[in-house]
Amino acid sequence: MAKQYETVIGLEVHVELATKTKIFCGCSTAFGGAPNTHTCPVCTGMPGSLPVLNKQVVNYAAAVGLATNCTITQYCKFDRKNYFYPDNPQNYQISQLYLPICRDGHVDIETAAGKKSVGIHEIHMEEDAGKLIHDEWEDCSLVDYNRSGVPLIEIVSEPDMRSAEEVIAYLEKLRMIIQYLGASDCKLNEGSMRADVNLSVREVGASEYGTRTEMKNLNSFRAITHAIEGERERQIDLLESGQQVVQETRRWDDAKEYSYAMRSKEDAQDYRYFPDPDLVPVYISDEWLQQIRDSQPEFREEKMERYRKEFDIPEYDIGIITDSKHLADLFEETVAICGQPKKVSNWLMGETLRLLKEKSMDPEDIVFSPEHLAKLIRLVDSKAINSTVAKKVFEAMFAGNVDPEQYVEEKGLKTVNDEGALRTTIAEVIASNPQSVEDYRNGKEKAIGFLVGQTMKAMKGKADPASVNRILKELL
Amino acid sequence: MDILEYSAVELSAAIREGKVTATDAVEAVLARIDAREKDINAYVTVDREQALRAAASVQEKIEKGELTGPLAGVPVAVKDNMCTEGMLTTCSSKILENFVPTFTSEAVVNLERAGAVIIGKTNMDEFAMGSTTETSAYGVTRNPWNTAHVPGGSSGGSAAAVAAGECFFALGSDTGGSIRQPASFCGVVGLKPTYGTVSRYGLIAYGSSLDQIGPLTKNVTDCAAVLELIASHDTKDSTSVRREDTDFTSALVDDVRGMKIGIPRDYLGDGLDAEVKEAVLAAAKVLEEKGAVVEEFDLSLVEYAIPAYYTIAAAEASSNLERFDGVKYGYRTSSYEGLHNMYKKTRSEGFGAEVKRRIMLGSFVLSSGYYDAYYLKALKVKAMIKKAFDDAFARYDLILGPVAPTTAPRLGESLSDPLKMYLGDIYTISVNLAGLPGISVPCGKDTKGLPIGLQMIADSFQEKKLIQAAYTYEKTKRGCGKWQSNMRQ
Repeated sequence: MAKQYETVIGLEVHVELATKTKIFCGCSTAFGGAPNTHTCPVCTGMPGSLPVLNKQVVNYAAAVGLATNCTITQYCKFDRKNYFYPDNPQNYQISQLYLPICRDGHVDIETAAGKKSVGIHEIHMEEDAGKLIHDEWEDCSLVDYNRSGVPLIEIVSEPDMRSAEEVIAYLEKLRMIIQYLGASDCKLNEGSMRADVNLSVREVGASEYGTRTEMKNLNSFRAITHAIEGERERQIDLLESGQQVVQETRRWDDAKEYSYAMRSKEDAQDYRYFPDPDLVPVYISDEWLQQIRDSQPEFREEKMERYRKEFDIPEYDIGIITDSKHLADLFEETVAICGQPKKVSNWLMGETLRLLKEKSMDPEDIVFSPEHLAKLIRLVDSKAINSTVAKKVFEAMFAGNVDPEQYVEEKGLKTVNDEGALRTTIAEVIASNPQSVEDYRNGKEKAIGFLVGQTMKAMKGKADPASVNRILKELL
Repeated sequence: MDILEYSAVELSAAIREGKVTATDAVEAVLARIDAREKDINAYVTVDREQALRAAASVQEKIEKGELTGPLAGVPVAVKDNMCTEGMLTTCSSKILENFVPTFTSEAVVNLERAGAVIIGKTNMDEFAMGSTTETSAYGVTRNPWNTAHVPGGSSGGSAAAVAAGECFFALGSDTGGSIRQPASFCGVVGLKPTYGTVSRYGLIAYGSSLDQIGPLTKNVTDCAAVLELIASHDTKDSTSVRREDTDFTSALVDDVRGMKIGIPRDYLGDGLDAEVKEAVLAAAKVLEEKGAVVEEFDLSLVEYAIPAYYTIAAAEASSNLERFDGVKYGYRTSSYEGLHNMYKKTRSEGFGAEVKRRIMLGSFVLSSGYYDAYYLKALKVKAMIKKAFDDAFARYDLILGPVAPTTAPRLGESLSDPLKMYLGDIYTISVNLAGLPGISVPCGKDTKGLPIGLQMIADSFQEKKLIQAAYTYEKTKRGCGKWQSNMRQ
């Protein structure tokens, strides 16, 4: 019988903060500008330039710290991490080593294995680097400093996770908290959330940790799961064959689903950290900290609890809606306008989720406004449009946030409520479908369905099906 | 009167009165540069066209009454470690041989706004590392009083330019004495302000926590006027201090009655040249005669200042100079194989010996396993030195002493023994470690005819006391005279 192994995992998660400007200069943090257009002397490391801290970065970092039960370091400092690489214009990164802004926190996660708490060792603030682009044609490397100086926080967990499932649950939890704070959109595929996995294995029951490796370049939950499984197996194979795990940094190749060693501990650089003399220490006063505390939003658990009390919607709906801050905001704002939580929820749970899935979008990408959703619900309630038309209108709203009232007006989609016109049409349908009329009169109840369909067709869908039914029965 | 005989403030007044024009002043300075630069080499760059254009424009504004300040129209030289938009800025290093900044440093912006005319950029020790201006990649600067001697450093070009009449005043930077010591060697006034008084934005950093920009001038009045202009709170520099008391010219008062002045015994011991000691004590005596209370005391910790300074400054420099890598600007080696080799060759070829020595020293004291023993310990020493000064300033308004142990050494004497050169900074560097203001004023000459400087140090933000005492001393005419007059003999 083979030995039983336990996987021990700790995470280093980088999150790009959603500030409008960079951490140490006034340049835009917007993603995707032409190369080197969001730059200035500071974020390109020009001689003589000096950094000035963006206060909002401290607000966000402390808010994330508070939400993850950390102790906030009220007197914190920035340190320089020295290493040479062209994406790093000063050849040092301004980060925090000695006095990071948050320490000793935890978040609670839940998996099939049950509930557990994952410790957070520290959260620190730092600047992002630029991007190197290799030009194969010219055989040269170019560097784009647009991303240089974009603010990051690095959330370092304790080695408390034991499976890929727990890692995903932890990341989902962090993402939820940070999205609720509005501190980042946390998109792994766009790099606004990046996770490095530190993993080791040990025999079940062992008290010492095994030698760990660090895995980088994990751009999706799927990649993280596969990398963890692969690395666990690789390390166990090494141990089973009498070899040793080497402490090293490995890079995950998503296409090949394989990781390879980037550098071992022996090549580990000495970063020569020391306090950055160009920046003054950050002192977060009690008042400032209280302000941050006071502006913390309602997080998911509290929100779910409130929904249970305030809204008569199923637990399942509550779970889905509160899974995204944006969706929850949309829900609450719409209900505030038109009431009817169940109907609002139905639109979000049904059509909205269907279209998101169909177009592979995130709830954060939803463009329609609560005002327009409320208008749509009113249009249906007042029988101005029927449900089939409503779905069409909704698709237009989903695509471009059109005003449903205007759209219905312009496209002439309003239900015809002119009883006279409806009666005339129905009379014509009865006259031209004698066989169905005969069947119905002979007791074939189903035949009326066909006649309703014919009427709706003749009315181009703009009739209220209930009225059609009533008049048909009356005339028959 | 020869236009070059004017002080900066006198010149500006003469321009405003219509006696001379800003263009006359620039032309006079350029003529002096043509006559003397081959011997002195105070400048790395002289921008004639730009200076003449600026002078014409400033003259027009003065005539229209748009520029009324005390330095409008005055030609100024700027140390070559301050960025000037569109004008070569080399730090006297090969690695920045072709570097033209895209922005101007805040101190220079303040000068330009007041109508001062930039003549060019002055020579210095490479990246401000040195005490002689011999480590420049663009040749040594020579002392105008005797060209066989150094002008001091690192702001040697600025001090020599002022002394030789190649400008009316200059900006220097002082990390461990780099304004005061060359001012002393060249017989001019040099002031290092309280840390945070002048913005460092645009100053190419050597030791960020110690660097301060300050004036080098012909006299104390000019010094106060220049400091008043360049002192500003700058939101682009996190270490910039907001001060309300920057009306430094208000301290130009001929009176030291009741002022308490302490002379550290530690500054008068072994290693101090007898002639320098005599001149400094004579100056103290003059101030005493003018009504100051002068006494000797023990400052303590003086011997720890040099190792602490060279640890902290080198540590910061090793990081500050990392950006010079051949990737983005400046010198890049001509042939290389791969990135690592490009870095290595560029930096090996681009930096001089003294800079490399300090980068290695700084990298060592920050490296893993040595950080606590060297860097952290040096920071503790720095804090203790500050405390020693705090105690002294509880008793004295000013501390008085020599600027340097000797007058200007001969060219070539210092570099062969860097440790000896480092020891020459003993009286100036603790001022930087403690962030204090210090001034050097001429207080005589030695038997070789070389100027001697008197250093006075005040508590943080007490530049006015320095200016008042220096002004009072200067009024007694015990300085070293003017170099220009000297040369006419």
